[in-house]
Amino acid sequence: MTPFSYTRAGDAADAVRLGAFGGAKYLGGGTNLVDLLRETIERPSALVDVAGLPATIEEREDGSLLIGAATRNAALAEHRAVRSHYPVLARAILAGASAQIRNMATVGGNILQRTRCAYFYDDEGSRCNKRSPGQGCDALDGFNRIHAILGASADCVATHPSDMCVALAALDATVHLQGPAGTRRLKLTGLHRLPGTRPDLETALEPGELITAVELPALPAGARSTYRKVRDRASYAFALVSVAAVLEADSGTVREVRLALGGVAPKPWRARKAEDALRGGPATVQAFRAAAESELADAAPLRDNGFKVELAKRTITAVLGDLAGVAA
Amino acid sequence: MAIRINGTETRAPADPRVSLLDLLRETLHLTGTKKGCNQGACGACTVLADGERILSCLALAVQFEGRSITTIEGLAGQDGMHPLQLAFIEHDGFQCGYCTPGQICSAVGMAAELARGAPSAVTTDLGAATVRFTGEEARERMSGNLCRCGAHNGIIAAITQTYAGAAL
Repeated sequence: MTPFSYTRAGDAADAVRLGAFGGAKYLGGGTNLVDLLRETIERPSALVDVAGLPATIEEREDGSLLIGAATRNAALAEHRAVRSHYPVLARAILAGASAQIRNMATVGGNILQRTRCAYFYDDEGSRCNKRSPGQGCDALDGFNRIHAILGASADCVATHPSDMCVALAALDATVHLQGPAGTRRLKLTGLHRLPGTRPDLETALEPGELITAVELPALPAGARSTYRKVRDRASYAFALVSVAAVLEADSGTVREVRLALGGVAPKPWRARKAEDALRGGPATVQAFRAAAESELADAAPLRDNGFKVELAKRTITAVLGDLAGVAA
Repeated sequence: MAIRINGTETRAPADPRVSLLDLLRETLHLTGTKKGCNQGACGACTVLADGERILSCLALAVQFEGRSITTIEGLAGQDGMHPLQLAFIEHDGFQCGYCTPGQICSAVGMAAELARGAPSAVTTDLGAATVRFTGEEARERMSGNLCRCGAHNGIIAAITQTYAGAAL
């Protein structure tokens, strides 16, 4: 690790004041950042520890949930309201990492975790436009089995590794931010950027801006939700494909549907084409498959990850089938 | 602020780059906690922070000022080994022993999670107040601790014998 100073922030205003200096980074649980410090991929001059900021989960009268950004992943998945009203979120978090890491990782840190692309991590041996802008991308022609099939660019094909964020995308979550210029709110789906020609710019956050909370709107009363993750081993592995789905079906008709994909794109991928194809239509396996086909029509697989296209289609179809109670 | 380690107060390192794992092993010579991968993939460095299992390799020691850490050296009581340590011996829950301290600390943390009804990825009913502690649950909940010798069957046997039915 390169040298840095360490300060604990007392509150969000304190954190933003400390974080305003160039080279400062916010530290949540550290489960990703400490690793990146050790690999000298991250070289901050100062760490501002925000893990002691509010970690409360507030159930509000309108049915929404306000989650402090320092809430640990494990605490969020275990919370009674999340388990009963947002099972997609509890399942997504529990599908990620290990129990030890979920005990450490914060909600804010999970959202801002960086890709697990091996070429991004290989500082000494590989080219990476995300790590060193303009250098080139060795994943494009390398071993790219785990890489993106949607939303990638000629400069970067890395995926966003979070499970939790895929559920948050499907839940229409809003992120509360505080920065030198004040507070603002942003949809989670608008927080992460697609790589384009600048894969080093990963989010819409301004310099020094801090995630202070995540807000989940109430789901429709009849909605069901779940998360399914497909991976190389049964536990403790990143997603090859994952699907977060919220479905409200009535008498065989799709009233409302929200669908997001993980493991296939540089950001939590809200599958709006599939949603548009489904809304108001029949809740049948055929319709689910057709919607999946429409979402994946733009897929651009690389040498090693063509399997993700069919895997994503099948997983979408199966998850929606489960939620609708129709057999695949 | 100090870090409390196995009941003894320790000053946090002046250099914030020192991991909790290195503080334990290199400064305090508590070498029971092991450095396996040093990148959060193997679980060998698992310790308890205020009773919760964490990875000491992915933690800066300064993050744990004011917290209470328990390592494998702190698990045994006045009257001998922790019941889970005895169960590991009985069930051949190790071969080389390198992952064992992490496995045991992890399982002790897991038992507290079970006792308060925390669900896992394989829990069917997320709303249930209690967890039925099956072998499948044990394997999922212990998936963050790898054993390269292949002692997993013995490890799972030791854990399920110790905790299944113990008022869970």
